[in-house]
Amino acid sequence: MPDELAELVAAARSGDRAAFEELVRATSAETYTLAYRLLGNEEDARDVVQETYLRAYKGIERFRGDSQFSTWLYRITANCAATYLGRRARHRHDELSDEAPLADVSPDRDPQGLAMASNLRDRLNEALEQLPPRLKAVIVLRDVYDLPHEAIAAELGITESAAKVRLHRARRRLREQLFPLPGEEEEARAV
Amino acid sequence: MQCEELTELLAASAEAGSAAPSVIVDARARAHVEGCLRCQAELAQYRKLLRALHNLRTEVLTPAPGLVADVFAHLEEAGERHAVRSLVRGRRVAYAGGLAVAATAAGAGAAYVLVARRGRKLRAAS
Ligand SMILES: [Zn+2]
Repeated sequence: MPDELAELVAAARSGDRAAFEELVRATSAETYTLAYRLLGNEEDARDVVQETYLRAYKGIERFRGDSQFSTWLYRITANCAATYLGRRARHRHDELSDEAPLADVSPDRDPQGLAMASNLRDRLNEALEQLPPRLKAVIVLRDVYDLPHEAIAAELGITESAAKVRLHRARRRLREQLFPLPGEEEEARAV
Repeated sequence: MQCEELTELLAASAEAGSAAPSVIVDARARAHVEGCLRCQAELAQYRKLLRALHNLRTEVLTPAPGLVADVFAHLEEAGERHAVRSLVRGRRVAYAGGLAVAATAAGAGAAYVLVARRGRKLRAAS
């Protein structure tokens, strides 16, 4: 964790409200990005970000400095998003079709092979968005954000083995769609 | 051993950071992959997928303006709700505290009466 962030975390843990607000400013775009990836639309992502920081504020005294602050925040975001998705599924009035695509992407730092990389990136983002939320959550948390299986299971309220099953389903779907093997291409196009 | 049985293992092995069959821990599965071009290709594709997913981590969206202000407002609002709750709880504590004081006073009074009576009794006995 960068030093300034560590200092802010320490100050926030001892009850410094201004330090906590500074932490929000420093991390909100990243938290929003994860929330957006998990929920697939801007409005829900914003709600989840607000809830995430409220929980973080209430729980920061209990945050142990031995884990990364960002990981801790990702876990809270995942948990809030799961709660939100559960509620959304219960009164299912939202249309999947009007979910906004991923936009405002920060520029790639690697100028080499930019076109190819960004092309793959776009296709990957698109394929991720098409995954059912249950599968998407697990693969995003594991393969993009590097959370351990046990943390993912705990935050999503599922067993570790269920998390692993979902992870494999999600990986397999994306692999077949983006990197089909000979013979799979027809199927992938049909999906 | 069928290729189909290995697909989950191939995906998990690709996490190790290499697309070489040597990353496969299970000896029987590794022997199959070493001799199977299809599984080797699948392992390589999973490796590419995982790398691409990992690279998404650097992608940070720019939220529409006002997100940080919304977060602060939400904290403020929750803080106010909390303050109202602790105020109500505080009043309840004060009320309960008042009752306790009254009860103690009543108890003390009763004890005093008891002592006084005993005193009288003692006097009467002497
Ligand atoms: Zn094979």
